[in-house]
Amino acid sequence: MPEFQKNYTVRRVEHFEANIVRLSLDASDIAAVARPGQFVMVACGTGQDPLLRRPFSIHSRYPDGGIQLLLRVVGRGTAMLAETAVGQQISLVGPLGKGFGIPPDGEVCLVGGGIGCAPLFFLAQWLVEQGVFPLVLLGAGSAGEHAALVPGLRDLGCAVHVSTDDGSLGHHGFVTDLLPALSGKVQKVYACGPVPMMAAVARFCGDRIACEVSLETHMACGLGACLGCAIPIPGRTDAYRHVCKHGPVFQATEVVWP
Amino acid sequence: MIVHATNSTPDLHVQIGTLKLDNPVMTASGTFGYGAEFAGLLDLSRLGAIIVKGISLKPRAGNPPPRIVETACGMLNAIGLENVGLERFLVEKMPYLRQCGTRVIVNILGDTVAEYAQLAGRLAGVAGVDALEVNISCPNVDKGGVAFGAVPEMAAAVVRAVKEHAGQPVIVKLSPNVTDVALMARAVEDAGADAVSLINTLIGMAIDIHARRPKLANRTGGLSGPAVKPVALRMVWQVAQAVRIPVIGIGGIATAEDALEFVLAGASAVQVGTANFYNPRAAEEIIDGISAYLGQYQEPSLAAIVGTLRHD
Ligand SMILES: Cc1cc2nc3c(=O)[nH]c(=O)nc-3n(C[C@H](O)[C@H](O)[C@H](O)COP(=O)(O)OP(=O)(O)OC[C@H]3O[C@@H](n4cnc5c(N)ncnc54)[C@H](O)[C@@H]3O)c2cc1C
Ligand SMILES: Cc1cc2nc3c(=O)[nH]c(=O)nc-3n(C[C@H](O)[C@H](O)[C@H](O)COP(=O)(O)O)c2cc1C
Ligand code: FES
Repeated sequence: MPEFQKNYTVRRVEHFEANIVRLSLDASDIAAVARPGQFVMVACGTGQDPLLRRPFSIHSRYPDGGIQLLLRVVGRGTAMLAETAVGQQISLVGPLGKGFGIPPDGEVCLVGGGIGCAPLFFLAQWLVEQGVFPLVLLGAGSAGEHAALVPGLRDLGCAVHVSTDDGSLGHHGFVTDLLPALSGKVQKVYACGPVPMMAAVARFCGDRIACEVSLETHMACGLGACLGCAIPIPGRTDAYRHVCKHGPVFQATEVVWP
Repeated sequence: MIVHATNSTPDLHVQIGTLKLDNPVMTASGTFGYGAEFAGLLDLSRLGAIIVKGISLKPRAGNPPPRIVETACGMLNAIGLENVGLERFLVEKMPYLRQCGTRVIVNILGDTVAEYAQLAGRLAGVAGVDALEVNISCPNVDKGGVAFGAVPEMAAAVVRAVKEHAGQPVIVKLSPNVTDVALMARAVEDAGADAVSLINTLIGMAIDIHARRPKLANRTGGLSGPAVKPVALRMVWQVAQAVRIPVIGIGGIATAEDALEFVLAGASAVQVGTANFYNPRAAEEIIDGISAYLGQYQEPSLAAIVGTLRHD
C-alpha cells in the first residue's frame, strides 16, 4: 500500500457548530489508495511546538479527487488547523493503518458518536459504491453538530437516525438507545466514537452480530515505530497491540472494554 | 583560499572499528522500528545505518499505556523496551533488513551481564548484522539500563562481556542521567568499546493537574526531541575530548544544521531519533544537507571537519 509524505493545498474550509471544522485537501494520491478507517498524520503549524503530528481519520473522498478531514478543536494542534486558510499548504503522512473490513451479504449499520463520526462518511461512500446502503445512527451534543454529516449521508441514499444529548434533534439521549430497534437482519455494525459508546455497541452485538470499532490513542509516529499507541489484548498480559498498525479498526471482540 | 574547480561530491564515509558506513546518518534505536515501517516513505538504502529497536533475549511486553506524552519541543516516552525478543527478531526481522541495502546495527539490552554476553554471542555469526549497540542506559525499565549505565565498573563489566563474545564492532550507548558522562565514556573505552553513542533519553515527568496524576502510567519517562539538543551537544563535546574512539552524537537532531553542530563538537557520526516520527524523511534530508555544507565550505570530506570547533 503506497504512503505519501507531502504538502497538500487546502481547497475549502467549513466551520460548523461545536468547534467542528471540515478541511478539503487536494490529496488525490491519498484519495486514490485510501480505505475507509485509515488515517493521516497531520503537521500542525510548521515549527517544533507542537512537535508531533496529529492523527485524523479520512472523512471523505470527494469527486474531484481529494480528501476531507473533519475535526473538532480540542487543544493546540486542532486549534491551529482550524485557523487554516484556503490556499495554504498542510503536510500529511498517509494513508496509514488498517481500515474497515468488507461488508457481509445482508444489512449493515453504522453507529457514530461526536467527532467519532468522521470516518463513517468515507465508509458510507465506499459501501454505497458496492451497492450496500447502510443504516446510520449518529449521536451528538446538539442539532448543529449533525449539520456536517447528516445531509451528505442522506444524499448518498443512506437512512439516518440521530440522537442529541439536549434533545434538540431526533432522539433525546444516547445514540445506543436506538440499537434495540435495529432490524434482526443486520449482519454487521461499524462503530466509532467515545469509548463508552463503542463499549455499549460491542455489548449489544455480543457474538450475534459482527462488530468493528475504530479506536483512538495518543500517537507519536502513526507508523508502528514508536510503540507509543499500545492497547491491551483480551486475556493476555505478555503483549500489547498497536493502534496505528494493527488498527485503528479492530473487531470489537479484540478489545478490552472498560 | 584555493577554490577547487571540481564538482565531485564530498566523501561522507565513516569508519567505526572495522565497520565502514557510506555516510554518517543513522536512525536511532526505538525510533525507526525494524526499518520496514519507513520503507514506503524514504529510500532505506541511502541511510548510513539502521539501528533497530532494542532487542532482549526474551520478548518484552513493555509498559502499560499511556506510554507517550508530548512536551514543549519534545516528548516523554515510557515504552518499557517492548520488543519481539532475539529469536523472533532473527526469523521475522533480519531477512527484510538484510536486503535493505544499508548497514544494520542491532541495539541490545539485558537484565544481567550474562544476558548481554549471550545476546552478543548469538548475534556474532549472524549475516547482515554489521555492529552491536549496547544500551546500558535506558531509563524506562527498573531492572534495565540505569543500573549499568550509572556505575563505571558495571558499565565496564557489560562491555568486557559483550566484547568477549561479539563478532562485530561494539558501540556503547551512554546514559545522560549521570554526573560525569566523560568518566563513563572513559570506563567503557578502557573496557574495549569500539565507539560510544550518546545521548539516550533524559528522565523526565509530566503531570495532569486536573487528575493530579502523572501523565505516563510509568510515572516517569525519557525526554527526547529538540528540547534535549543543547544538553546532548554539551555531553558529546565533553566525551569527544575524553576518548580516542569514535563518538556518535544523538539528541534532538532534526536538520543538517543540528547534525553539523554535533560533528563540529567532535561526533564522527550522528543518529536521528524523534525527528523520524514527525518527519519520516528527516534522515535523508540531513544526508543531503551535510553534503551541501561540505560543498559550500569546499571541504573534501566529513572526516575533515569532525571536532574542528574553534575556541579562539
Ligand atoms: C486514528 C485516529 C483518528 C482520529 N480521527 C479524528 C478525526 O477524524 N477528527 C478529530 O477531530 N479527531 C480525531 N482524532 C483525535 C485527534 O487526533 C486529537 O483530537 C488531536 O490529536 C488533538 O490534538 P490537539 O493538539 O488539538 O490536542 P492536545 O492539546 O494535544 O490535547 C487536547 C486534549 O485532546 C486529547 N487528545 C490528544 N491527542 C489525542 C488523540 N490522539 N486521541 C484522542 N485524544 C487525544 C488530550 O488528551 C487532551 O485531553 C483521531 C485520533 C486517532 C488516534
Ligand atoms: C519512543 C522511543 C523509543 C526508544 N527506544 C530505545 C531503545 O529501545 N533503545 C535505545 O537504546 N534507545 C531508545 N530510545 C532513545 C533514542 O534512540 C535516542 O537516544 C533518544 O531519543 C535521543 O534522540 P532524539 O532526541 O533524536 O530522539 C528511544 C527513544 C524514543 C523516543
Ligand atoms: S503511533 Fe507510533 S507505533 Fe503507533
